[in-house]
Amino acid sequence: MSPEKESDETQETERRGEIGKSTRRTFLSRLAMAGLAASASPGGPALGESPVKEPLSTQSKDAVPVSLRVNGKKYDLRIDPRTTLLDCLREHLHLTGSKKGCDHGQCGACTVHVNGRRVNSCLCFAAMYQDDDITTIEGLGQPGNLHAMQAAFVSHDAYQCGYCTSGQIMSAVALLGEPCGPDDAEVKEFMSGNICRCGAYQNIVSAIQAVRQNAKTQKSP
Amino acid sequence: MKIFELTRARDNAQAVSAAATATTAQQGAEIRFVAGGTTLIDLMKLNVEMPKKLIDVNHLPLGKIESLPDGGLTIGAMVRNSDLAHHPIVRRDYTVLSEALLSGASVQLRNMATTGGNLLQRTRCIYFRDTAMPCNKRVPGSGCAAITGVNRTLAILGTSEHCIATNPSDMNVALAALEAVIHVTGTKGKHSVPISDFHLLPGETPHRETVLEPGDLITHVTLPPPAVGSRSLYLKLRDRASYEFALASAAVIVVVANGKLTRARIALGGVGTKPWRATEAERELTGQPPAQAVFQNAADAALRDAKPQSQNGFKVQLAKRCLVHALKLATQIA
Repeated sequence: MSPEKESDETQETERRGEIGKSTRRTFLSRLAMAGLAASASPGGPALGESPVKEPLSTQSKDAVPVSLRVNGKKYDLRIDPRTTLLDCLREHLHLTGSKKGCDHGQCGACTVHVNGRRVNSCLCFAAMYQDDDITTIEGLGQPGNLHAMQAAFVSHDAYQCGYCTSGQIMSAVALLGEPCGPDDAEVKEFMSGNICRCGAYQNIVSAIQAVRQNAKTQKSP
Repeated sequence: MKIFELTRARDNAQAVSAAATATTAQQGAEIRFVAGGTTLIDLMKLNVEMPKKLIDVNHLPLGKIESLPDGGLTIGAMVRNSDLAHHPIVRRDYTVLSEALLSGASVQLRNMATTGGNLLQRTRCIYFRDTAMPCNKRVPGSGCAAITGVNRTLAILGTSEHCIATNPSDMNVALAALEAVIHVTGTKGKHSVPISDFHLLPGETPHRETVLEPGDLITHVTLPPPAVGSRSLYLKLRDRASYEFALASAAVIVVVANGKLTRARIALGGVGTKPWRATEAERELTGQPPAQAVFQNAADAALRDAKPQSQNGFKVQLAKRCLVHALKLATQIA
């Protein structure tokens, strides 16, 4: 496939996303609403109920004030000190791009950047990151203005189910600034903290190498 | 997870006094320092650790790596594993430490984990991590489910009838070979502990893993100057090529002069209940030429007291081969 063709396809994918205004999340929530309508039970909360309720950790009697800076925006919150950065991003800030896989620092789906370095947000208490600059996949790029790595993941088909993808991309972007050697083997070693159950590894490596190659070409005269 | 109070330590003295009121600094401590959190928060989610107070020590001024006048190195307790592994002096003079760090965990975890925290990394024994099971380390006197259970990854050196849990750290193995010294500030002032005395054998008290007392704060680690002409490396054998704990590993530092090993420092990982310094192997090597038979003698000596369990007998041979191969690589006869 020629690069032009790939780029056209990427733009086409993005256009479709824009026009339909449909994402996995809105699709699923519509599905849930449809389910509700079909089996409406009077009284009591039901699965998939909308709108989003205040998260439990805000209602906690132990909640403490916490200020976070995420994707350049400041948030003042009250949260239970047990709230991990991952849960805070997802449940409080509704930045649901960061995913919860294992919740024990073993899978990398929750990877975000803290002051430009990648970390497992499931092993961070949010209240400990009040002086830091946090970047999530949402802050990296958006449809229509994708980060080069996001675009490369699309054009290299570097995912199947997509659940690990935001974590993979956050790691891949951080890798660009890390002392990672030029070979595929080095990339695999640097990416070993991100597990992909679909096994899209080879295409993930290809996407990363393409971005690195591109950056190198642009740097050299 | 049980609720806790989170505070941020302003300085070392305040951290020490805030933690000093705990009844223990070992398993079950009500007050814990939290740095990278990669072990502690994981164990809190499992209710293996249930501190009532967490003291955030990330903002203490303990984040520097500096050369010492004697040619050694001082490493602040808050230095992240990534920064330590990639530091130019560490890469050049303490290769074994850089390699050990980079063989452990993932980039994300290494960006979080600290030098002080890694010294206190807890075992991966599945029974320690499962509150439904007996474990003498977690609940003293409750028994050891591992001895009669799934023990393939557990220790063969330094075990007792009460505990066979492996120390999982790679960094500690390198620090043991490097004869690092751990510096601690506590309620009685400052003191330092050689790494060989820092971790305790399980014996009858597997819940006591280190010499730390309530209030003790690890401030830094010092390394002696690198031996002139020394070569060092870390070899780690595991079930996966990356992101996996050691089944057996070897940290070796050797000096070869005039065809003989004039100095050898050896430590083993993945096989011991603590980072395992193999002084018997060092004695076998010193004064001998670098040769397969010599290395085999050293490996046999290092594993002489091994006590394999029902599923980990393979580790005796694996650890020997690991050490022999590491020595071959370090002396360049491989």
